[in-house]
Amino acid sequence: MSQLKELRAQIDGLLDESRWTEAYLRLGDLWRREGKAAAAGYVLSCYERLRGHLPAATCRISFLRSMTLEPLIPILRSAALVSGIDPAVQVGQFNSYAQEILDPDSGLYSFNPDIVVLAVQTRDILPEIWENHADLGEAEIRQAIDRVRESLSALVRTFRDRSNASLVIHNFEKPMASQGVLEAQGTNGQLAAIEQANTDLRTICREHRGVYVLDYDGLVAQHGRARWHDESKWLTMRMPFATDSLLPMVSEWMKFIHPLTGVVCKVLAVDLDNTLWGGVLGEEGIENIQVGPEYPGALYRSLQRAILDLYQRGILLAVCSKNNPDEAMVALQNHPGMLLRPEHFAAFRINWQDKAQNLREIAAELNLGTDAIAFLDDNPVERERVRSEMPEVKVIPLPDHAQGFARTLRECPYFERLTLSAEDREHTRLYHDQRKRSELAQSVGSLEDFYRSLDQEVHIAPVTRETLARVAQLTQKTNQFNVTTRRYTEQQIEEFASQPNWSVYSVRVRDRFGDNGIVGVLVTRMDGDVCEIDTLLLSCRVIGRTVETAMLGFLAETSRNNGATFLRGWFLPTKKNTPAGEIYSSHQFQPVATEDGRTLWSLNLEEATIPYPEWIRLHVTNGSYRAEQARAS
Amino acid sequence: MSQMVPTAQNKRVLPRVLALAADVFQVPESGMGPGSSPDTIESWDSLHHLSFVVALEQEFGVQFSPEEIEQLLSIELTAALVEEKTKEGGSSNGC
Repeated sequence: MSQLKELRAQIDGLLDESRWTEAYLRLGDLWRREGKAAAAGYVLSCYERLRGHLPAATCRISFLRSMTLEPLIPILRSAALVSGIDPAVQVGQFNSYAQEILDPDSGLYSFNPDIVVLAVQTRDILPEIWENHADLGEAEIRQAIDRVRESLSALVRTFRDRSNASLVIHNFEKPMASQGVLEAQGTNGQLAAIEQANTDLRTICREHRGVYVLDYDGLVAQHGRARWHDESKWLTMRMPFATDSLLPMVSEWMKFIHPLTGVVCKVLAVDLDNTLWGGVLGEEGIENIQVGPEYPGALYRSLQRAILDLYQRGILLAVCSKNNPDEAMVALQNHPGMLLRPEHFAAFRINWQDKAQNLREIAAELNLGTDAIAFLDDNPVERERVRSEMPEVKVIPLPDHAQGFARTLRECPYFERLTLSAEDREHTRLYHDQRKRSELAQSVGSLEDFYRSLDQEVHIAPVTRETLARVAQLTQKTNQFNVTTRRYTEQQIEEFASQPNWSVYSVRVRDRFGDNGIVGVLVTRMDGDVCEIDTLLLSCRVIGRTVETAMLGFLAETSRNNGATFLRGWFLPTKKNTPAGEIYSSHQFQPVATEDGRTLWSLNLEEATIPYPEWIRLHVTNGSYRAEQARAS
Repeated sequence: MSQMVPTAQNKRVLPRVLALAADVFQVPESGMGPGSSPDTIESWDSLHHLSFVVALEQEFGVQFSPEEIEQLLSIELTAALVEEKTKEGGSSNGC
């Protein structure tokens, strides 16, 4: 309470000093914390002073209704004002929606609205089914449904003839079933009748341009049928909402008002660390960031799902994050838990620059205004920085805990769309192709250039006394890029290495950022003219950089030199090793046997070779563990 | 009822009710007092009354019956009823 008092005092002070933008931002903060009937009065009185000093979309909204809506109107206006929309609102006469539409001289048409909301209750339009369904026969029920369809259809047609306004129609809510559990057993029940009326409504709306359904029944159900209503407000005031239902009702209207007034975002710019995944990539490494099917990674994955849903709706995605760009791209490209991949994004700004500057660049690159950008970042400091620097950017107020991220994004009205064209869905792909081309032209950022820029050196050597422990440890720890996930102790590794037909190799990778140490293991066994890969694994740190191609190329060459005709290996799928799932098929191996989802892959060494990637410098140490031991003793 | 007389608790409720009423009816707090009512505040009509009820319910976490809604005839009476209801809510007496 006292915090809010302070905030109000601050807003009053800013208004007195004509610091309009700051006052406006603080007013938004106040509304987010205190979006209630009393605060609405305060927001409206402040806005009277702000009006004219800030850009706002205007619109005229008319409500046709069979219920008391008046207490919702100041709340609606406040919610709109803090979102950059300044609506004039008219509420039609109580329960005279039909007359308002049919009478060409009605207040509805003289108000000249842009948006009309038709909010009629089931109990008013289908009273017999709402009240005394149990008394009705099948024919009477059908009659009632037909009557509503015909009258609604006529009203919508008349309205469309007389007005170009968009029309948003509440669908019909269901009551508590009067038949109890019997209701769900047949197809002639009360709820089924109302569902039929809703299906008819949807059909009517689709037949006209600019006529939309608001799923009121769904809204009520989402918040709980039992909690939505307050009997005393209904009986005394004809207001079918409990106090706690007012804001959800207003938010639902806002989801229509945003797209209808064009106050929407076309781009979602997202942060990476602790937003798209849990943890800090640069500190914890790709194997330790959290995103995937398990908690807590599941929270980030569900946010990614919500973002992907927006992408499918035609919203462009961009990355705006402070990370090492190469490392972040590898995570986006290869992390197995990730739903979002580089191809989903139309622009990238992964660097250590100021985020406001990055957002400006993203807008310029995509040829859009900065007001088309929504910004998603877990860090309140970054959010505040962007808000104060670029008040036109829609900064999404994420909660403190990742648990609320997906829901907050899904409820954000800036991404609502009332129609979806095929072009919308193609949008990002077009941007993406364009980006790829321009990047190639500039010779920065193609995948090959990226590989080249890493300046990788791969060193493959037979296991030694010194590397035994690390090799065994990698077999025990590596889950993702691991074709067989066979866990071995040091003793087992040593035993393999001591046998003449077995070979054990360690793989060390160095790049321009430094030495990654031993990050890969190869174990093979010769059997006649077949060299079988017992183990092939690579730490997450270096996957997605074609090191595996170098490893397979080495194995092909070595086994051919040792007289093998076939190089083959099993892929044994686990919950975690999908990153390695394509390794054999993408290197010309053919499947030769399958059992229980496991596949044996084979490469004919007389027919195929595996070329080494030209951007990797490969060093091979000859010899074997046995030879080394013999020398030592 | 004896609770209609302002009490120590009422004194804490009263300023909050006044602040709410000032917001809802959009009049300065200085222009109102315990005796303010639909007769003295022009914008206190039946629809604003409903907004006032809603604001009170949100602020104090209470719910008014139809009879109570009709009793909220002045700031003072409102504060007294709110106090009574918040006390009810706080006590652990069963019925």
